[in-house]
Amino acid sequence: MKILVLMKQTFDTETKISLDANGKIDEAGVNFVVNPYCEFAVEEALRIKERLGAGEVTVLSVGPERAETSIRQCLAMGADKGVLVNTGGLEGGDEFTTAQIVAKAIEKVEYDIILAGFQAVDDGSAQVAPRVAELLGIPQVTVITKLELEDGKAIATREIDDGVEIIEVALPAIFTAQQGLAEPRYPSMKGIMQAKKKPMERYSLADLGLDAGLVGTDGAKVKIVELSLPTPRKGGKIVEGEPAEAAQKVVQLLRSEAKVI
Amino acid sequence: MSIIKGGSFIIENITPDQVFTPEDFTEEHRMIAKTTADFTEGEVAPLVEELEQQKEGLIRGLMQKAGELGLLGADVAEKYDGGELGKVGSSLITENTVKGGAFTVAHAAHTGIGTLPIVFFGTEAQKQKYLPGLATGELIASYCLTEPSSGSDALGAKTKAVLSADGKYYILNGTKQFITNAGFADVFIVYAKVDGEHFTAFIVDRDTPGLSLGPEEKKMGIKGSSTRPVILEDARVPVENVLGEIGKGHVVAFNILNIGRYKLGAACIGSSKYALEVSIQYALERKQFGRPIADFGMIRSKLAKMATRIYVGESMVYRNAGLLDDILSGIDQSSADAGRQAAKGIEEYAIECSINKVFASEVLDFVTDEAVQIYGGYGFIQEYPVERMYRDSRINRIFEGTNEINRLIIPSTLLRKGMKGELPLLAAAQKVMGDVLAAAQPVDEGLPLGLEKSLVDRAKKIALLFAGVAAQKLGNKLAEEQEILGNLADAIIEIFAMESVVLRTEKALAREGDRAQVKAKMARLYCYEAFQRVESLARETLAAVEQGDTLRTQLSAVKKLARVNPVNTIGLQRDIADRVIADGRYNF
Ligand SMILES: Cc1cc2nc3c(=O)[nH]c(=O)nc-3n(C[C@H](O)[C@H](O)[C@H](O)COP(=O)(O)OP(=O)(O)OC[C@H]3O[C@@H](n4cnc5c(N)ncnc54)[C@H](O)[C@@H]3O)c2cc1C
Repeated sequence: MKILVLMKQTFDTETKISLDANGKIDEAGVNFVVNPYCEFAVEEALRIKERLGAGEVTVLSVGPERAETSIRQCLAMGADKGVLVNTGGLEGGDEFTTAQIVAKAIEKVEYDIILAGFQAVDDGSAQVAPRVAELLGIPQVTVITKLELEDGKAIATREIDDGVEIIEVALPAIFTAQQGLAEPRYPSMKGIMQAKKKPMERYSLADLGLDAGLVGTDGAKVKIVELSLPTPRKGGKIVEGEPAEAAQKVVQLLRSEAKVI
Repeated sequence: MSIIKGGSFIIENITPDQVFTPEDFTEEHRMIAKTTADFTEGEVAPLVEELEQQKEGLIRGLMQKAGELGLLGADVAEKYDGGELGKVGSSLITENTVKGGAFTVAHAAHTGIGTLPIVFFGTEAQKQKYLPGLATGELIASYCLTEPSSGSDALGAKTKAVLSADGKYYILNGTKQFITNAGFADVFIVYAKVDGEHFTAFIVDRDTPGLSLGPEEKKMGIKGSSTRPVILEDARVPVENVLGEIGKGHVVAFNILNIGRYKLGAACIGSSKYALEVSIQYALERKQFGRPIADFGMIRSKLAKMATRIYVGESMVYRNAGLLDDILSGIDQSSADAGRQAAKGIEEYAIECSINKVFASEVLDFVTDEAVQIYGGYGFIQEYPVERMYRDSRINRIFEGTNEINRLIIPSTLLRKGMKGELPLLAAAQKVMGDVLAAAQPVDEGLPLGLEKSLVDRAKKIALLFAGVAAQKLGNKLAEEQEILGNLADAIIEIFAMESVVLRTEKALAREGDRAQVKAKMARLYCYEAFQRVESLARETLAAVEQGDTLRTQLSAVKKLARVNPVNTIGLQRDIADRVIADGRYNF
């Protein structure tokens, strides 16, 4: 079985975000990691391969040159092959452009099933994989916590508001991973040393025949007008006194000061 | 790449491309560090409290898990199921286990002094029998050198080995003291004197009849690690378990300690980073007088000094690891005596290994002490992390050769190299005398690191000057004048520290541009202060060995060499603190 995983490189969640003089996110000194949700997808892909005792796991990422380090991280975990679509200066796209690029790149890859993180921890849009599914014209099941494969079809369990939904689809299909799908393994030292030797295909946007006007900021449907850091939280207020009395005071404050009721 | 001679830094200057620095980490190195840190944080750190209670079986289980990931086999060849990750890779693993409390100690002892004797000195049969198990964590090793009556004087061991009548066994009798991992080890590297005379290393299996363990010691720190006496009563050890040659146990013991020392350096730097990180976080959270204490100058100054010393120590540790990797890469791994050649290569850097041990263990003591201070009363309370860090730090100045013993090793090894003609020390010392009388070179402080390079160069001259005088005046008696040797050691340590940080920073400035500015500030702060310490060591030493006019002439030579424009170190500290606090951790 050929398993394709879509992976985004993101900021380490512990990174402190700061803006540079131009109001852009400052990348100096930042650690980049595999988006944690994509990591679940990679892990699930590896487990499928291990269960079947055969298969190939390919990890595809769209991003600047540095995204290669995260693909290598997945290869170190055990994936077989990497594909990097280097946006080479044409960053600043949105979910629409990214999905176009991914879909185009997938033409170069064989797959029976596609896995992805359900969202990236940076933008949190949860759109790219569903858009790709639409562009490829294949079924999608999002936010899954369990995946079972039987010949030609898959049974996926997905989280919904007050329970779970179990969905059966024909393959090929796209599945996006929620926490709980598969706890990612640590890459072993052996895996790390082998990662460099594994195949990595590289494409530029031009290689994929994508017009510069259709990607990056020019092609994006969403324009970022301005970035600002969240305003620091102000210190809270502690209301003292007997419970009944205090509750009364809180209601009063919510009405007069916070003006929320 | 040409091999740099051990100890040559004292008389020669080199360029940044000749040293390995963290700026040179490869993608694999970064992944090794990350995996180790993730593993320790995810699997070990949550259990630190239980580890402290020495919960039965816990460390073994964690070691096994670490083994599955390859975290125990960095120094073991691939053909014995190791990873051959090199000394840089192995240092990165050691450095990144530090959030694991007692696990860290068990890991370092097992992979270092426990496993390496077989890696370097084992026969093919011994390697095949033990290394795969040691690399995967199936077997755990310990190292038994110390005895109740012989610690620093390790060769004074009383444990005795006598060949059995049938010639098949050595019968061992004696007691080993303070043996790390003893409680759960399978393999004990034991040193004993054959016929009470020939110091020899043996591989002793746990189930050897006659081997037993004394009770766990109740310790000040690293409480979770197992430290017990190992008792040998007519223990029958098969002759094929002799490690290395009969009577050559000291070669095994001391070479292994060299590596143990540089590894300990890496562990101390890692622990220091962790202590700095929690200190910054605490300083930002704790409010007094209506402001976070991280606002206060005296707290900021502490954070800046902590970060600076860590930066310097890190520069030294990885420079040392790079030296070891370079010399080891020249060895044909398939040759039968590859291990011995490797040990010999490592011995070349005995001085550097001792320097790292002393410097990094003292950085950690400084950093954990300041960490407790930043936490105030809470630092004294067990609920807070720095209380344990402070206690755990202390052992590092004691084991793997006390810092006194390591301080003795540094100048005595250097002088021996001089005597043997391996390093032209005498010529260098004489040249300095001549140079001092000539006009002083003007320092171009406008150049990047111009001042720092000049300070390194002059510190070397000052050290050579006072070492030369001491050697000349005291001759053979120098070995008995430990205070002088100690001063020499301190000056040599400072020189290695200053040079390492300058070379690293030069590389960083070339590669990282503006972002390396804070590194340059740390280099300046450290070099300026260390230079003054070297000057004062020189003055103290000269005053002890010379008098009258000769002394006055020498002191004025030192004064001339030591002339330096004042540096605003408070300003430097402020800038360093800004960055460290903004990053929230050590991030250089
Ligand atoms: C927790 C712990 C774990 C340990 N793990 C191990 C282990 O796994 N394997 C092992 O073999 N050992 C181990 N040791 C032993 C350790 O290496 C020794 O304690 C250490 O080498 C010092 O020996 P000592 O305690 O006998 O002190 P001593 O040698 O008695 O030293 C006492 C003091 O005198 C100083 N001194 C001694 N000789 C000189 C000299 N010539 N000149 C100047 N000063 C001198 C020392 O520096 C020290 O300050 C461990 C110890 C501890 C506490």
